[in-house]
Amino acid sequence: MADEMRVPISTDADIITARQKGRALAEWVGFSGSDLTIIASAISELARNIIEYAGHGEIIIRLAERGARRGIVIVARDDGPGIPDVALAMQDGYSTGKGLGLGLPGARRLMDEFEIVSEVGKGTTVTVGKWR
Amino acid sequence: MRVPILKQGDYLIAPIQSALSDADFLRMQNELVDQVGKLRSRGVIVDVTALDVMDSFATRTLRSTALMTRLRGAETVIVGVQPEVAFSMVQLGLTLRMEDVETALDLDEGLAFLDRQTKG
Repeated sequence: MADEMRVPISTDADIITARQKGRALAEWVGFSGSDLTIIASAISELARNIIEYAGHGEIIIRLAERGARRGIVIVARDDGPGIPDVALAMQDGYSTGKGLGLGLPGARRLMDEFEIVSEVGKGTTVTVGKWR
Repeated sequence: MRVPILKQGDYLIAPIQSALSDADFLRMQNELVDQVGKLRSRGVIVDVTALDVMDSFATRTLRSTALMTRLRGAETVIVGVQPEVAFSMVQLGLTLRMEDVETALDLDEGLAFLDRQTKG
């Protein structure tokens, strides 16, 4: 299996593709049980945000190594409108779309690492990681 | 992937058999709300045993399906949430959204629940 996979995201069917690929790579890295579901759920929420707010973008799933530890890093990237107030977007239940407002804070809770960079008019990149 | 809707006495059973797209979820919702009236069903069971992920959209759609069928006179129960799925749903913060939706361990328990609700 390749160390990195890119999944273009523009339709709801792409969400399924992204989380299935993410699950497969996570399994290959050595994750099991609820960790696989957690990683797939985080990918699902991030991919859904791309469609909802930017229309299209991509999910990059890659193997990560830090010393002896292995993990998985997921990058959700779009060239959409960006988020004017990131702190607000990170609050549970806050949404300017039709979702539940759980996507970003939920993904942060699910994963070990979370980073968001967003610029209005340029786009948003969310990077999350989970370690074994 | 289309979800079959089976008639079992007074109940409808929707056994989800693989990962569903958002469109598939919405189609299942529409069909259940519609069939409840056509077949005069008193209860609906949605079996999610085959789902390895239940994200915010799936949860919201199942919840709204339950509320819609209730308005049509049928009780809905969600059965088969897998342990690891339950774990990640709670982490994601989705529990509150399911509070007013009935759940049961499996199909047998779901049928027993509906019997108690509708024939008790």
